[in-house]
Amino acid sequence: MIDLRRQVLLWPAIGALLALSGCAVEPWIKPYERAHLADPIMSFTRDPVSAAYMNHVREVREGARGAGSAHGGGCGCN
Amino acid sequence: MRAAPTVVAVAAIDHRMRVRTAAVLTAGTLLMGPVGVLHAAVLPEERLDLLYHSYDGGGVEVTGPSLMVRKQIGQSLSVSGNYYLDSVSSASIDVVTTASPYTDERTETSLGLDYLHQKSTLSLSLTRSDENDYEATSVGVGVSQDLFGDLTTISFGFGLGSDDVGRRGDPAFSESVDRYQYRLGLTQVLTTRLVATLAWETQSDEGYLNNPYRSVRYIDPGAPVGYSWQAEVYPSTRTSDAASIRAKYFLPYRAAVFAGYRWYDDTWEINADTYELGYIHPFDNGWLVEARYRRYAQRAAEFYSDLFPFADAQNFLARDKELSSFSSDTLGLTVSYEYSGAPGGWLDRASINFAYDRVRFEYSDFRDLTGSTGVVGAEPSYAFDADVVQVYVSVFY
Repeated sequence: MIDLRRQVLLWPAIGALLALSGCAVEPWIKPYERAHLADPIMSFTRDPVSAAYMNHVREVREGARGAGSAHGGGCGCN
Repeated sequence: MRAAPTVVAVAAIDHRMRVRTAAVLTAGTLLMGPVGVLHAAVLPEERLDLLYHSYDGGGVEVTGPSLMVRKQIGQSLSVSGNYYLDSVSSASIDVVTTASPYTDERTETSLGLDYLHQKSTLSLSLTRSDENDYEATSVGVGVSQDLFGDLTTISFGFGLGSDDVGRRGDPAFSESVDRYQYRLGLTQVLTTRLVATLAWETQSDEGYLNNPYRSVRYIDPGAPVGYSWQAEVYPSTRTSDAASIRAKYFLPYRAAVFAGYRWYDDTWEINADTYELGYIHPFDNGWLVEARYRRYAQRAAEFYSDLFPFADAQNFLARDKELSSFSSDTLGLTVSYEYSGAPGGWLDRASINFAYDRVRFEYSDFRDLTGSTGVVGAEPSYAFDADVVQVYVSVFY
C-alpha cells in the first residue's frame, strides 16, 4: 500500500522535473538580466553551516527527514 | 509488574540516538557542492565559518562549536573540512520519567571534495560521528550539471552509512545499522526575479533502529501507579520519502521573500507537512535582517502509543515522542553585519551573524506523567518551548 503510494508520487515528480527542464531549452533570461538572481540574498544556502545545524536540530526532534533546506541548487547566474 | 529496563541505572538518553542516526548521512551534504551550494558550475567560494550553537528546551541543553574551512586547490578542485561538537546535558521529560539525567558529547568530523569539469561538479564526502556508545560513518557522492543557458541545474546524489550501536553498562551489547540515501534536485530560474527548487530524497535504513534505553508504558492494574514499563521494539527496516518545493522572489526594492513546502511519508506510517515563509532585508550600510516562520505537523508512527493496553500488546512498540502526533511552530530572526575587505587584500569580506529561533512543540498523544492526575491515560498532553541560538562568523578570502 505504502509502496504503491510512493510510486504514484515519485513518477509524476520525476516527470515534472523533466518537463521543467524541457521548457528551458531556449534561455529566456539573458546574462545581463540576472543581477537580481545573483544577489546573495537570493541564495537558498547563504549560510551552509547554520543551515546544516538547523537541519540537524529538526531531524533530531521530528519524525520526518530529508529534502531539507540544506540542499540548495544553482541559480543560473554564471 | 516489570520495572523500567535498566534505564534507571544507566544514564539514559533523550535525543542522543536521534542526534547520531539522523545527522550523519545528511551532514555530508553540508560539504557537497552539487546539493549544498549556490552555483553548480563554479567551485564553492573559499571561506571559513566558526559557529557557536545553543539549544535549550524541554530540560535539554545542547551547546558546542562548529568550524568549517573551504579551500580551493588549482582551478578545478575545492576541499572542505568540518568539525562539529554537541555537548548534551539532559533532564528531559523521558529522562525524568524513566531514567536519570545525564551528560554526553558527540563529535562529528567531515571531509569533502568538489571537482569541477566544464558545467558539471562531482562531489565526494566522508563523515564520521563518535559518542561513547554510538559510532557512525557515511560516504556520499553527488553530481550536478548546469543546463539550458545555466537557467536549470539538476543534481543527484547517493549516500551510504554504517552505524555501530552500543549500550552503556552493557559491553556485550553490539548492534549495527546500514543506511542508504538517494537525492534528486532541480533548480530552475523562472523569471529575472524568481527562482524555484525541487528536491526528492529517499532514505532506507536496516538494522537496530530503536533506542536501547527507551521504554513504553502499558496498563498494569497490579502496579501502584496503574501502569508499568517495558523496552521499546521497533521494526528493523524503515524507508522514507520526502519531496520539497521552495521559491525565492526578489522584491521591487532590494529584499527577498521565500516560501517552501515539504511532504513526507515513510513505511512506519509517519507522514508530515512542513511550511516555511520568510523575508530578507539587507541595508546599504552592511546590515541584514531575516525574519522567518516555520510550521511542522506530523502523524504518529503506526506502532506508537502513549499507553498500551497490556504488556507485549503488539509486535512493535514505541512511546518515543518524536514518533507521536505533534506540531511545532518556529519564529526566527537573524541579524548580520558584513564588512568588505580592502581591494587587493587577502580578505574579500567577513560577516558576523546572530540568529535566534523560538520553537513551540505541542504533542497531541504524548502525555506528561509528571503532571499525573491519578487517572492513568488522563494525564495532560506534553508541550514545551525551545530557544535555539547561533552566533557565527563567516570569513571569505
